[in-house]
Amino acid sequence: MFEASQINRRNLAWQKVFRFMLGAMTASLILPVALILGTLVIKGTPVISFDFLFTSPTNGMTEGGIFPALLGTILLVLVALLASVPLGVAAAIYLSEYAPNNWFTRTINLAIINLAGVPSIVHALAGLGAFVLFFRFGTSILAASLTLAVMALPVVIVATRESLQSVPLAFREACWNMGATRWQTIRRIVLPNAVTGILTGVILEVSRVAGETAPIMFTGAVFFLPFLPSSVFDQTMALSLHLFVVSTQVPNMPEAVPYGVALVLIGLVLLMNSASIALRMYLRGKKKW
Amino acid sequence: MNKPTPASTRHSDSDRLNSDWFADKLVQALVFIGGVSAIIFIIGIFVFITREGVGFLLGDFSFKEFFLSPNWRPTSENKATYGILALIAGTASVTGLAMLVAIPFSLGTAVFIAEFATGKTREFLKITVELLAAIPSVVWGFIGLAIMNPLIIDIFHVPVGLNVLNAGIILGLMAAPIMTSIAEDALKAVPDRYREAAEALGATRWQVIYKVVFPAAKNGLLGAVLLGVGRGFGETMAVLMATGHSINIPGSVFDSVRALTATIAAELGETAVGSTHYRALFTIGIALFLITFIINLIADLVVRDVRKG
Repeated sequence: MFEASQINRRNLAWQKVFRFMLGAMTASLILPVALILGTLVIKGTPVISFDFLFTSPTNGMTEGGIFPALLGTILLVLVALLASVPLGVAAAIYLSEYAPNNWFTRTINLAIINLAGVPSIVHALAGLGAFVLFFRFGTSILAASLTLAVMALPVVIVATRESLQSVPLAFREACWNMGATRWQTIRRIVLPNAVTGILTGVILEVSRVAGETAPIMFTGAVFFLPFLPSSVFDQTMALSLHLFVVSTQVPNMPEAVPYGVALVLIGLVLLMNSASIALRMYLRGKKKW
Repeated sequence: MNKPTPASTRHSDSDRLNSDWFADKLVQALVFIGGVSAIIFIIGIFVFITREGVGFLLGDFSFKEFFLSPNWRPTSENKATYGILALIAGTASVTGLAMLVAIPFSLGTAVFIAEFATGKTREFLKITVELLAAIPSVVWGFIGLAIMNPLIIDIFHVPVGLNVLNAGIILGLMAAPIMTSIAEDALKAVPDRYREAAEALGATRWQVIYKVVFPAAKNGLLGAVLLGVGRGFGETMAVLMATGHSINIPGSVFDSVRALTATIAAELGETAVGSTHYRALFTIGIALFLITFIINLIADLVVRDVRKG
């Protein structure tokens, strides 16, 4: 009845060609990385043991474990979260619930985009100039964490703003019509409905902050420490910097050790990211509006 | 329901209203501080790096030497020179090669995910791309060092595998996931009715993409590319570990180079606070800040243009 004309058939043939090419491009972007990660897993797994995770490095870091670095990364992440989450959530509430649509709000948005785009090494310089030298925190966990917090702020703001804005306006209007103030509406209606989304952003921030190296190099993380940090004014080792150190700075390093460190770091980061994604999908499934 | 309320209750009601009103104003002020903090931080970053670097700008800085001399010899005993031309060449060659890899592949992948893939495949690809974007840069650097380096030596029979090619590929793989997800957003932002209208006229899927979706998403795609460039340009650890870190104006992709960012990362720890070398490194930081600021500004203007249109 309807038969494809010559032109139709040619077009459809072309479409198949393009579809195949695009699929091949997608595969060639993902497959090499999958192979690389596979290599990391294969070479890194034999190194990882209970002792590797929970003892200190010995013998010029060529033996022993990575416990101080692991602990340092956890401390850095925690302090960075304490500093950036309240500020980031506040900023997101302002932008989503209060901010008028004017030049000032646009400037804030531009500042957020730029904050996310500033190279990490420039964040390191600013952290050194501001927190280490000007505020006299010295090279310490506090200075490094605050540097990380500034860097990660856009992640929290953007994720929180998105989850606040996904709460329908009708919810707010209903609440306002009952005579509630803006803040009452935010606290009782908007935040409870957005809290899982905010959590998603926080987990994402953890994964981002845990992997950063450059911003902590000069602000608080050091190559090696014979003892564990006891306050936020102490220096610390960190997993990301440790990977840099064992793969470039230590002579006679057994080949397998850096693979082990890399695997732990990437495992930590991808685990956090997967958790964030899983939470988001769970949330999407649960949403009733 | 409308019972007249006692005067006392009414009184406390209005008190409660007052305190609620104050709480509202207080919160508004607090969250406003949060909002402004982003502006304060971006200005703060500029102020603090300038504060440390300004001594060099006013002292030993010479525009001609700084930007046009390839000699970066800050520790030379006789005459220290501070020329960043070779470092700029290093950054530019690595970023350029990375974009050559990343732009076609990430745009292709974005089109495949947004326009062709469906259901589970699409969900899987989106999650994979997101996870790839999360791999820390120091891990990429390690991959360049431990996996790419011997691979390049084997394949091309060159003495050193830490070079423009290595860093370019690593950086390309790093930037591609981010560019892919921004480009995919831009493609998704094209209203479906455009596609439907074109399909109703008998266009195939590819014709729809090429003739309708691409022109409509043009600015968003450009924004994605710009953000990828900005990201590659500012990347530190991966280029520090994969470029070979030797000062060179590259003649081929097998030459080792050194990047602006990597120079700061490698040398800052060894300089004394306040020395000329230290201040020169901060001056590089100022240049990096300004360049990424401009790239981001352009990307933002371009992307905002999309939303208007």
